[in-house]
Amino acid sequence: MKKMMCFLAFFLPGVALAAGGNVHLDEAPIDLSDKASLQRGAQLFMNFCSGCHSMKYQRYQRSFNDLGIPDELGEEYLQFTGDKVSDYMTRAMPEDASAQWFGAAPPDLTLVARVRGEDWIYTYLRSFYVDESRPFGVNNTVFPEVGMPHVLQPLQGTPTRTYEEQMVDGEMVKRYVGIKSDGTGSMSPDEYDQAVADIVNFLEYTGEPSKLESHKIGKLVLIFIAVLFVFVYLLKKEYWREVH
Amino acid sequence: MSNVSVDATKSAQNENQPENNTRRRFLTVATSVVGGVGVVGAAVPFIASWNPSAKAKAAGADVEVDISGIEPGQLVRVMWRSKPVWIVRRTPELLEALGGHEDQLKDPNSEAEQQPAFAQNRFRSLKEEYLILVGICTHLGCSPQHLKDGAFAEYVEGVPEGFFCPCHGSKFDMAGRVFQNVPAPLNLVVPPYQFVDDTNIIIGSEAEA
Amino acid sequence: MNAFLGWIEDRLPVGRVANMHAIQYPAPKNMNFWYVFGFLATIVLVNQIITGIWLTMNFVPSAEGAFASVEYIMREIDYGWVIRYMHSTGASAFFIVVYMHMFRGMIYGSYQKPRELLWVFGMFIYLALMAEAFMGYVLPWGQMSYWGAQVIVSLFGAIPVVGPDLVIWLQGDYVISGATLNRFFALHVIALPLVIVILVFLHIIALHEVGSNNPDGVAIKHKKGSLPESEKTKYEIHEYYTSKYDIADDVLPFFPHIVLKDLVAFCVFLALFTYVLFFAPEMGGKFLEHPNFEIANPLKTPEHIFPVWYFTPFYAILKAVPDKLFGVLAMFGAIAALFAMPWVDRGRVKSWRYRCGLHKVNLIVFAIVFIFLGYLGGTPQENWKIIASQVATVMYFGFFIALFLYSKNENTKPVPERIPK
Repeated sequence: MKKMMCFLAFFLPGVALAAGGNVHLDEAPIDLSDKASLQRGAQLFMNFCSGCHSMKYQRYQRSFNDLGIPDELGEEYLQFTGDKVSDYMTRAMPEDASAQWFGAAPPDLTLVARVRGEDWIYTYLRSFYVDESRPFGVNNTVFPEVGMPHVLQPLQGTPTRTYEEQMVDGEMVKRYVGIKSDGTGSMSPDEYDQAVADIVNFLEYTGEPSKLESHKIGKLVLIFIAVLFVFVYLLKKEYWREVH
Repeated sequence: MSNVSVDATKSAQNENQPENNTRRRFLTVATSVVGGVGVVGAAVPFIASWNPSAKAKAAGADVEVDISGIEPGQLVRVMWRSKPVWIVRRTPELLEALGGHEDQLKDPNSEAEQQPAFAQNRFRSLKEEYLILVGICTHLGCSPQHLKDGAFAEYVEGVPEGFFCPCHGSKFDMAGRVFQNVPAPLNLVVPPYQFVDDTNIIIGSEAEA
Repeated sequence: MNAFLGWIEDRLPVGRVANMHAIQYPAPKNMNFWYVFGFLATIVLVNQIITGIWLTMNFVPSAEGAFASVEYIMREIDYGWVIRYMHSTGASAFFIVVYMHMFRGMIYGSYQKPRELLWVFGMFIYLALMAEAFMGYVLPWGQMSYWGAQVIVSLFGAIPVVGPDLVIWLQGDYVISGATLNRFFALHVIALPLVIVILVFLHIIALHEVGSNNPDGVAIKHKKGSLPESEKTKYEIHEYYTSKYDIADDVLPFFPHIVLKDLVAFCVFLALFTYVLFFAPEMGGKFLEHPNFEIANPLKTPEHIFPVWYFTPFYAILKAVPDKLFGVLAMFGAIAALFAMPWVDRGRVKSWRYRCGLHKVNLIVFAIVFIFLGYLGGTPQENWKIIASQVATVMYFGFFIALFLYSKNENTKPVPERIPK
């Protein structure tokens, strides 16, 4: 059996080799069991994202139930007026209008965490910077030439690529030290990172709403299989005892 | 198949020392029981997946209806759990006529257990004026027709208005009560409902006592 | 009750067939862990059929509805996600156990005389399984579904003269479209499962006719009258086998001994399967690829497209050849070479235990090359990989050529008459 497991481990090469781009991605500090974070994420999503992005495979009610938000509260604060709690979370803007506005229809975000990975989104939302040559005045280090405005700017402030001057071999060299906000946003850099993490947490949840339940059931099933294994193994031993 | 395998177990056992039999039998039974639990557990998702989906359940939630626009004598159809629900505003004449043919009905006081308690009477409604029924025949599920202005008298002499099921000829009066000698066994079902105020009702749940 | 069963037995030989094939079937007692994969493959087949039936209950086979219906199953149906992951994990598990099963056949020479047909039936199952898996992967209608189908169907365009027309005919449209999805759905849920079940049935009948091989490649059936009574098996073996042969004291009845051993393996398999199902259903993007969570978009190809991992060895061979037609030929040739195993190997000794050292090296190198090709076919193209995949492709075919050459006059160890204690 040990041999078999070694073989299986050997047989699935590259499982650990996640396919990533060339950009360094920061690890998203998220936790699916943190309901408060998920609720904040849902609220941020509805306020800043849902105007243009749909979440059309998920119903409001499902999100509310899983996040521990009472239906009435969700209806009042998190839904578009006119939507029912049992409706899918479709976008506010009609698709063709948004396609015209942005050049392409903003993608549906229900499954974005499963397509891009949570780290990508976390880094992406923190990588906008001012670039006057772009139609919306911003560009992104993770997604160059991005066709999306920096909607979280009221929170982050105006982000710019900053450089430090350093002496290298007797010459002054400009070194890129990352994106810094000018402080005009309503949040501090740490608060902004947390807000982005909350959004990512919510997106991670909507990508696979069954995940937490899956882990819970999975543990029980594995324990059961262990018990079954003991009995089957003893019974097999018993019958094979006389075999030489 | 099962009895064959038992035979084979026996034959294999016969070749071994008899002192093992207790242990062997215990392990066989224990393994079978644990395995059986596993089979039942594995069946759960497959059985549960036949329940109405979360979306269907959400769509089957309570429905709020504004009844202020219904004219006297008019029948309005709304959907609840994808089923037709009738709301009839009965005229005083209709209400009075309900007492006139009770000898021809199967269950005039609607005593059979199939509905909210308030419907176990002649009028079968919270407010006598408004009749609310699930518009599905209790025989085999067709939706009966509303026959009015004397058209129903063709089926029941002397009763001008009622419901007639075209599938198998069941007949009901304007309280949804079934007539005798038709295939439908029970009166039309009154769904749970409640008045939010004078002009709005919620179909799907009763007011808490 | 017994009278009733007897009445049935006289009219339909349920008990006799069960005895013959599932209970009193003589199996060599030295079958090791490599021998559990046939049983596991059967279990996975049953899993795929049952979960597949349940998935069709809510799946919508249309370009407009397919993707959303999969998410509907994942979100709205009670435990729909369990059933969907059982099916998607089962697809990969199927190939894992089938590859193990095939490699077992290679190291112990289970394809050799008299088991040539058994091997060929197995290869047909493998072929049908690849078609089944490919069409199944198209159904969720994600980006990988769409572009994977695009690439694979385009392969047929390499066929001279009729190629381009054939591609359009297969697609039922000028591109992969709803028409393609619908026909793949029909084939995936009805036609191919039927073919696979029939082939599995034939595979098992053929196996029971010639008997199971074992790690020593020693025959357990001997000429009638050639064994003294003391060396015959003490277990109750069906007369179908004992009337034609003397069955040596080297066997165990399929039930309960072999079944119990298989059940132990099944528990281990189930633990691994369950772990993936509940904790890593995407398996890091190998079992469910990340871009496939995005709905098919005919205007935008994903940055990197690969087939699912079980096809990548052959995909690497395809990519290694810098010519469309020859690439396709090399890929199909790689599968055809496996079909030819019984005739490529001209040796008379089955198990690698008694064959020359070169044979062992050849087999192990083949396994490594196959896995390496799988790695190359499933990761983004880089310069060094082009050369590497060409070398690996040559080595893949080199296995068969070398085997053909050295197996004629091979130095083998003496094979015992009976299974060694």
